Amino acid sequence: MKRKSRFLAIVGVVGFVFLYAPILSLVIFSFNESRLVTVWGGFSTKWYGELFRDPQILDAAWVSLRIALASATLSIVIGTVASFVLIRFQRFRSKTLLSMMITAPLVMPEVIIGLSLLLMFVAMESLIGWPGGRGILTIIIAHSTFGAAYAAVIIQSRLVDMDLSIEEAALDLGARPVRVFFDVTLPVIAPALLSGWLLAFTLSLDDLVVASFVSGPGASTLPMVIFSKVRLGVSPDVNALAAIIIGVASLGIIIAALQLNRSSKVSQQ
Amino acid sequence: MSEVISSSDARPWTDPNAVPFLQIKNVTKKFGAFTSVYDVSLDIYKGEIFCLLGGSGCGKSTLLRMLSGFEAPTSGQIIIDGQDQAGIPPYNRPTNMMFQTYALFPHMTVEKNIAYGLKRDGLPKAEIATRVTDILSLVQMEGFARRKPHQLSGGQRQRVALARSLVKKPKLLLLDEPLGALDKKLREETQFELIKIQESLGVTFVVVTHDQEEAMTLSSRIGVMTAGEIVQVGTPREIYEYPRNRFVADFIGSVNIFEGRIAEDGESHVIVASPEAGLDIYVPHSISGVIGQKVAVAVRPEKVMISKDDLGGLRNKLTGTVDEIAYMGDASVYQIRLDNGKRVRVTQTNLTRSEESTLNYGDRVNLGWDGSAGVVVTS
Repeated sequence: MKRKSRFLAIVGVVGFVFLYAPILSLVIFSFNESRLVTVWGGFSTKWYGELFRDPQILDAAWVSLRIALASATLSIVIGTVASFVLIRFQRFRSKTLLSMMITAPLVMPEVIIGLSLLLMFVAMESLIGWPGGRGILTIIIAHSTFGAAYAAVIIQSRLVDMDLSIEEAALDLGARPVRVFFDVTLPVIAPALLSGWLLAFTLSLDDLVVASFVSGPGASTLPMVIFSKVRLGVSPDVNALAAIIIGVASLGIIIAALQLNRSSKVSQQ
Repeated sequence: MSEVISSSDARPWTDPNAVPFLQIKNVTKKFGAFTSVYDVSLDIYKGEIFCLLGGSGCGKSTLLRMLSGFEAPTSGQIIIDGQDQAGIPPYNRPTNMMFQTYALFPHMTVEKNIAYGLKRDGLPKAEIATRVTDILSLVQMEGFARRKPHQLSGGQRQRVALARSLVKKPKLLLLDEPLGALDKKLREETQFELIKIQESLGVTFVVVTHDQEEAMTLSSRIGVMTAGEIVQVGTPREIYEYPRNRFVADFIGSVNIFEGRIAEDGESHVIVASPEAGLDIYVPHSISGVIGQKVAVAVRPEKVMISKDDLGGLRNKLTGTVDEIAYMGDASVYQIRLDNGKRVRVTQTNLTRSEESTLNYGDRVNLGWDGSAGVVVTS
């Protein structure tokens, strides 16, 4: 028994090292004094300072943030509507098809999503003149497609668990259906909405492939800028930027996980 | 009809001039090809606690949901206080419901839960506050107004759910397995409290339950349901002592059933020849049957006498061997095997503490019951 637990501990440590050693080394080297990325030259935060004086990076961060905010919100709206249709409506034809279609972006290769969206935007522009060119708007729409898929999965699981009699109780006490939705349903599924929103937000912030396909001039997201910088050679300020992104992304994921965890505890009682 | 009628001393269903408060007329509910409730007609009077009793899937909950407006009858009519409820949504009905799961709003405090219905009616804030305080003291939950539901025990949640459904002073309160989630001890206490609250408010209760004990203690009348139909309506005593058919006899309490055929159908008695009992059973009430018709006699275990000595002048007597004994404290349950193999269940109150007079495994015993203890049940 003791032997087994020691073995498990070793396997666990090896696994974590494998996963997190590169990230850790990146964070450490972001505090490197030296201009050479692989040679340690003492502790310094100068690359962080350099980063905040780089207008290209700051612009890209602002673009990314706006896209992430908008697409996460759009994802939640689409995801909620889809979840209600799938969970609450009585069986209808093609329900299974719809359910598969809403979750398809989870497993679809990003390259294909990006390419197909690009083709669609180009075709739409030549047919109806909208969207005029590619930029922030098209990235928001593109990110919402897979953001909504993640959001729908999370919201659906919450809706399935929800006791329907809570809504019936509100109806019984004199609330009209719309009122019931805002007074009872929405607060009960709120934790799922929040964690879905955070997940969609993080995914949008991280995405490079889809954004590269559907973006246009003047709408470079942060991952796109980093990628183009790295192609010219890794510079230490990219390390600093990556460290910040890792911090923000893990914060988002931790909050989302805590929210889900807490809400499932409350609903179990 | 405005005065409060206490359910314990009024028997409005025996008065031919009384106007029923709730009328269910030939209500049928079908879900696709499945018939959940079939041709149910009931008259329920003001101030009653009426229990719908039946096993799971018998349609009792569906019937309740039709009263509250969550389901619409496929055919038939529901009239509450003279008003046809067809097409009226739940939020406009004069009913409130207490849900089996209590269905408290998890994100609201006890206070807000109870006030929710009053706010929807647009009552002034001051009145809402006093009514919430009043109802909280009625269910003895004054100290819990600011708690959230997940900070309460099962019994406390049950009280809050009851308070929330009563605070709007509904004409008709519907309770779905109100005590189902409580443990036995708490359940017994709550039953009597529920009756007290009902009597003090004069609200008409319709209770759905699968627990016959709960139905017996709570109700003024019971409607026994099976397979979507009402099989018998009566007071708890009527249901227990005069079950109309074998299902009712078997469902409420335990019972010994002796199959047989009518051998003699007199003016005031029936004799049922029962090869199963090895006896011509005498029953002192007449039935409308024909000689030779298959019937059964139901005898409650506590009405069967048992002794090693002769039982004297009882009308129906048998002999058998003690097969099993279950000591339950207040009473003992004996399984007696008759000579033809049929087993009879006998309950005896343990009047003394000594073991001397008790029966042992394998003892030869005499069994018997007075004529009036048996009831003829058909079908």
